[in-house]
Amino acid sequence: MKKYDAIVIGAGHNGLTNAAFLAKAGLDVLVLEKNEYIGGATVSRELYEGWKYSNCSYVCSLFRPEIYQALDLGRHGLEVVPLQGSTTFKQNGDYFGSYHQPTVRRREIARHSKRDADASVRFDADLMKWCRLIRGFLLRTPPDPSSLKMRDVMEFAHLLKQFYSLSESQIYEFIRFFTMSIAEYLEEYFESDVILAHFSGGSIIGTGLGVYSPGTAYVLLHHAMGDIDGNVGSWGFARGGMGSVANAIASSFKALGGEVRTAAEVQQIIVKGRTAMGVVLTSGEEISARVVVSNLDAKRTFLGVMDRNDLPEALLHRAEHFKIRGSSGKLNIALDGMPVFPALPPGSPLTLGHMHFTDTLERLERAYDDWKDDRWSADPYVDTLIPTQYDPTMAPPGKHMMSVFVQYCPVEVEGGWTAAKRDAFGAAVIDQIAQHSPNFKQLILHAEVRTPREIEAETGLTQGNIFQGELTLDQLMFNRPFPGYAQYRGPVKNMYMCSSSTHPGGGVMGAPGANAAREILRDLGRTDTTPRDFGDD
Amino acid sequence: MASQQQLAGHDFHEVLKASPFHARVEEQSLVKNWMSWNGYQTARVYDTLASEYFAIRSSCSVMDLTPMEKYRISGPDALTFLNRLVVRDISALKPHRVTYVAWCNDEGKVLDDGTIFHLEPGTYRLCSQHHQLDWLLISSLGMNVLIEEETHEVAALAVQGPTACSVLTAAGFDTLSQLKPFGITHTLLNGFEVMISRTGYTGDLGYELWVAPANALALWDAVFGVKQRGLYDVRCIGLGALEMVRIEAGFIMPGDDFNTAETTVRAGHDRSPFEIGLGWLVDFDKPHFTGKQALLKEHGQPIKRRLLKLAVEGNKAPADSFLYDGKRGRRIGTIKSHTWSPILKATLAMADIEYRNGVVPAQIWAEIYYQKELEWRATWARCTISKAPFWAHPRRSATPPQRC
Repeated sequence: MKKYDAIVIGAGHNGLTNAAFLAKAGLDVLVLEKNEYIGGATVSRELYEGWKYSNCSYVCSLFRPEIYQALDLGRHGLEVVPLQGSTTFKQNGDYFGSYHQPTVRRREIARHSKRDADASVRFDADLMKWCRLIRGFLLRTPPDPSSLKMRDVMEFAHLLKQFYSLSESQIYEFIRFFTMSIAEYLEEYFESDVILAHFSGGSIIGTGLGVYSPGTAYVLLHHAMGDIDGNVGSWGFARGGMGSVANAIASSFKALGGEVRTAAEVQQIIVKGRTAMGVVLTSGEEISARVVVSNLDAKRTFLGVMDRNDLPEALLHRAEHFKIRGSSGKLNIALDGMPVFPALPPGSPLTLGHMHFTDTLERLERAYDDWKDDRWSADPYVDTLIPTQYDPTMAPPGKHMMSVFVQYCPVEVEGGWTAAKRDAFGAAVIDQIAQHSPNFKQLILHAEVRTPREIEAETGLTQGNIFQGELTLDQLMFNRPFPGYAQYRGPVKNMYMCSSSTHPGGGVMGAPGANAAREILRDLGRTDTTPRDFGDD
Repeated sequence: MASQQQLAGHDFHEVLKASPFHARVEEQSLVKNWMSWNGYQTARVYDTLASEYFAIRSSCSVMDLTPMEKYRISGPDALTFLNRLVVRDISALKPHRVTYVAWCNDEGKVLDDGTIFHLEPGTYRLCSQHHQLDWLLISSLGMNVLIEEETHEVAALAVQGPTACSVLTAAGFDTLSQLKPFGITHTLLNGFEVMISRTGYTGDLGYELWVAPANALALWDAVFGVKQRGLYDVRCIGLGALEMVRIEAGFIMPGDDFNTAETTVRAGHDRSPFEIGLGWLVDFDKPHFTGKQALLKEHGQPIKRRLLKLAVEGNKAPADSFLYDGKRGRRIGTIKSHTWSPILKATLAMADIEYRNGVVPAQIWAEIYYQKELEWRATWARCTISKAPFWAHPRRSATPPQRC
């Protein structure tokens, strides 16, 4: 029977990235995917004829350009086009537009508050300080702070050195930043309600926290630390939808000799003598490999595809208590034409960017209150985009695809989710958009409505948590997924983790996959094929 | 619904804002070489750099100054507020006088420089290079002071050059000959109010004229009417020519010559007043001003670096040059801005230089890359520190100005 050098479980973007770097080092690598298609949550599917949806993740910023370059993804079909600006519509018929043109954006902020226009200079510079610091750690393996191994000591010293490269006042601010709520953080800069609400949105996306919950300030950073072509904080569309990311990595992987098998769900990782030997599929087929890498989230890895008897009790305890709460829903909508938004002046470029309809912190917090009570938000926070204004490949000419990310939607509702309740959730979202777009409802040809239940069922993300585990300080850096297991190595020999449950966490980043590959290649004594960070920018 | 005015107040097509002088500026611009200055559409060059430079140094130049940030500061605590804000002691600034200032954060790092106009007893205008409203409001906590941004509400023209006084007198301003440097006078022109200050950024004889935006074009036409009548040459100048003369005059540009504290991301990339040659502004006799403790501490230690005025040997432009303590020596700094001076026939520069144990390097050499017909070459040029402005002419401060 054939024995692979490595098996990677799960053909999401991190699994494929991991596999590609292993293949680049000359290993014989097999990626196993439970679905009939690859991509996991980085996927484009045609559910309505002629329309392609970015079914889960929908915009790209965090994906490391170093990985893009090292795997030659441009030649394998990936193109990330920067999207322009963002808007929050107000309930009084006005709006706030964060235009992509800096001078226009500044005047627009000043229209709401002259002071906020100037404060945004301070805000941008401060956020950039934290971005700069954290970006330097994305393609590095976190040190184990309790270890006295030379490598850990050196890496921890590097971390401290970067930290102490901040000035005294920056150090104080940085520590505060990590523990603050986004609302309190922003209130130290801005006074306008709509601007506070607008800049808070990125802090609750994907997280089971509200704008007044401590720790949400960091989530803003997590959404701001990416870049497109050096523009830190900028987001873009992958041409053809997010599936293009997974497809390009898969293409690169295959060109390096790798093999992908779809409709091949792993039932269990085979462990003998505290050493991973391979996997057994739900079909009963056994495949052996020298190394097994799990791209499943930490819960699914340890509580799903591993035998409890192979694992230390403390680890099982950690896995059971890993915070991975589902809080997001998603609507993907095929439109017969372009919706109009009468609040915007004719020809406004603001429809090209993110559109939001929640104009106060209070409404954002109320949306969270509903989730805590196991209800979908009656007045949700949505991140709406119409990528077909740029991308000719996702809908027929003149027609459009709208992606609507929804915060909050609970994993469980009273009496359990039913198809009718799911549709009622979808209707609440559609109603909110329709309040600002009179022709929107008539244009709807088809809508895919996804609660955390559907997201989990399809992608395997536990509870449908888009980050594969909450991005709170207790689950970041050397705490991710658990203290003592942050260096991508599993609890048994030859078993590794490469998913977003590991450092540096969720988002279509590729960094966990690459970082895990580096550790695997190190253990195997192979040449490191993973890229080094481009360095300070 | 939001008010119509609020909605109408915004036009996304207008990426760069038109100043109240725009109709004339656009007409005068031959090369349409535009740039953004604080979001305003501003001419970099109207015709040629050379003709604009010599308008400033040999006849009369006109520049639209509207984009400069302006804040009106009034109320019972206005002076207390300003004197706590800036490092200089301005308590003796009399009404109708102007003074140059800089201000810092608590770490003693410079946020910006600018000028304070004492408009009338107790009412001031602060002009700055960068947006400062946020900092001014933060700094005014607990004080009875009104701070209003009035950048868009005041149109301003700089009229600078040896014939500036003659031109303005011919244009109908008859009270200028006795106006001393940093003085302010108010006058009427064709029925509208004009405030004139004897201030500028050129190091030459010059004035700045301040009017309501509605009167901007009438002011412009009055000044250029002098040219139309054939009396004096008057030319528009863009920011390109201004850059040449401000370096000659030894004036620094926040954001170009040093990184302002509020926009600094990397620790240590901001600068104290001592480090940018503004130590002379710092008045430790004042009971308190923002940054005083940090500056006192810094003052007791050897200076680490300084922005210096350098005359660079030869005529090759030291763009982005590294500086060394000897030919092929240790790297000690970089050029921040530079110009060829047509009047001095010399290469002039502003440079950020590291000191060792508080001592200026004995020698400074620039490694210059320059190209001829797309071939790149490298050369070394010795640099000489200039303590005084490179160029200072007595006509800048003579009162009454000489007729020429």
